[in-house]
Amino acid sequence: MYIYPVSIPAEKYNHEWGTIMAKEFIRLRDCTMVFDDDVVLNKINLTIKDNEFLTLLGPSGCGKTTTLRIIGGFVKPTSGDVFFNGVRINDVPPHKRTVNTVFQKYALFPHLNVYENIAFGLRIKPRGKAAMKNGHEGRRLSKDEIHSRVMEMLEVVSLKGFEYRDVTSLSGGQQQRVAIARALVNRPKVLLLDEPLGALDLRLRKDMQIELKRIQEATGITFIYVTHDQEEALSMSDTVVVMDGGVIQQIGTPEDIYNEPVNAFVADFIGESNIVDGIMVEDGVVEIFGKKFACLDEGFDPMEPVDVVIRPEDVDIVDIKDGMLTGTVTNITFKGVHYDVIVDFKGFKWLIQTTDYCPANSRIGIKIDPDGIHVMKKSVYSGMYGDYSSYSAEYEDISDADLEPEETVSEDERYET
Amino acid sequence: MKLKYLSAPYILWMTLFVVAPVVIVAVYAFSNAQGGFTFDNFSKMGDYVSVFSRSFLLAGISTVICIIIGYPIAYILSKERTYLQRILIMLIMLPMWMNFLLRTYAWMSILENTGLLNRFLSLLGLPTVAIINTPGAIVIGMVYNFLPFMILPIYSVIVKIDRSLIEAAQDLGAGTVTVFRRVIFPLSLPGVFSGVTMVFVPAVSTFVISQLLGGGANMLLGDLIEMQFLGAAYNPHLGSAIALVMMVIVMICMWLMNKFGAGGEEAVML
Repeated sequence: MYIYPVSIPAEKYNHEWGTIMAKEFIRLRDCTMVFDDDVVLNKINLTIKDNEFLTLLGPSGCGKTTTLRIIGGFVKPTSGDVFFNGVRINDVPPHKRTVNTVFQKYALFPHLNVYENIAFGLRIKPRGKAAMKNGHEGRRLSKDEIHSRVMEMLEVVSLKGFEYRDVTSLSGGQQQRVAIARALVNRPKVLLLDEPLGALDLRLRKDMQIELKRIQEATGITFIYVTHDQEEALSMSDTVVVMDGGVIQQIGTPEDIYNEPVNAFVADFIGESNIVDGIMVEDGVVEIFGKKFACLDEGFDPMEPVDVVIRPEDVDIVDIKDGMLTGTVTNITFKGVHYDVIVDFKGFKWLIQTTDYCPANSRIGIKIDPDGIHVMKKSVYSGMYGDYSSYSAEYEDISDADLEPEETVSEDERYET
Repeated sequence: MKLKYLSAPYILWMTLFVVAPVVIVAVYAFSNAQGGFTFDNFSKMGDYVSVFSRSFLLAGISTVICIIIGYPIAYILSKERTYLQRILIMLIMLPMWMNFLLRTYAWMSILENTGLLNRFLSLLGLPTVAIINTPGAIVIGMVYNFLPFMILPIYSVIVKIDRSLIEAAQDLGAGTVTVFRRVIFPLSLPGVFSGVTMVFVPAVSTFVISQLLGGGANMLLGDLIEMQFLGAAYNPHLGSAIALVMMVIVMICMWLMNKFGAGGEEAVML
């Protein structure tokens, strides 16, 4: 009855999407990573296509950074294979992969200025397989070529005039752009970005998101982007890979992930959701709190217990007499564009986002359109998410705060020891 | 603002034990036995050019050898597992906890004409070497005694280099040799500079090593100064002048090194 979270096999994923988008470029097959008996990645299967903007999204310790490091070549998977263009590259060291990385804490060379940081990859003498790495085509670049490529990059990241500045004297946003320029100047086939905007303030982060998307579209380079910020993932990506507990939960377009989450974890992690127990009476009819609701979902067993996701913005508040369900408002918070209303339905609290003011303690009715209801199979995550009983006005900050800080500690420390 | 009074004991300490002695040395250097002001002490300096050059040459050779031996040790050490690093660091420091004089005496008995080294060589049927009482013996003594002071600062700088910088360099196409040449080595230079300071300065002024291992024939600045204070040639004014000149030359050496070495501002000025 219960489905355990399983990753979608690469073949199936490829079959479904391969015809729509460009050809396969990178493939991870059954990649497992174990650190000291701790399974960090569990049989990951993932296909990444040319020119794609793919985001690995998940909470702290979900394995997204490890996945990125496997692609970069900094760690070898305990088992499983990595393919670039169909060639197995498990044993190819990072300096011979046609990949460049923007590191989480930038990792700029403190002994070099902006210009020399960016020129670092171009100045490396091509040797053997590394010859193809930095767009050298096997020859050493002349001083003039290096200069013109560095200056071109400085232009792209709007850092003209900063070339002889000390990198330690730059602001976080400027350092970030140097890190991006240092990677892009080598014209990699793939750019790996490990939470590149994590250390920036909100405003700068928004600007850089637009900037990164623009660069990706302009250069056609495949971007593999790691983040814990669902908004960032939804607004930038072609494909989002949601991960938790070392397992891929769902792969899809941002719209798919938001509208058709596969389980309670994904539904809760991406945006706000009310997740309630329901029974799938028949195709197109689901029962919640003993009431039957029309929905668009089908393909379940008759009377199968399910999880039902209702997004806060898909609920309409109506008069009690018109309501499909009735409840009591326990809390209302003004959020600018809308109000966050917490409504108690038989002890289960929902979050509803509405532009209509309804005072606390008032009785209200609600209406949900069939396309506002999404039905999911039961999973290990059932019952863990989607209840707003412990709601506080700062829920967003709280849920964000416990996500990130440990991430840097837990995953980074592992590599240091 | 109250915190500034906390520095008072240190200011007092520095004044009493650092500034005052230097001033006293300077006063002695610029005066004669009658207490009058004079440059005479410095005009005699020309007689000791050979001692100066021998001291700086041997200290320089020892420092270079310490870098050549110490840098690889520090680098390899930094790549070992943490617990092994701790054990090895302790082993490197262990001889330093033994009396300096004792260690040098031990080298005497090793290097003597009938010492351990020569007995070992003749056991193998090889010709013996006459190394005691030569500049070579002094260099061996200096390298042995001061090597930890080269290893430790280099090690502590290398061990602190952010691993992600090494990964970034690899990511940009650098193999092991290039990573070392373009990232690790330049970033470890401050450690090398501290090491050079910590080896060169005591080596240039040592007198025990030269007396025990160099015999009378290889007088160094330390011996010369000691003679002026304790020896038959008793003349503290001349001794102070020599000490002062030596200090100035050392400072010029350090200044030059900091000026021409990248990242040298982090080197410790001793």
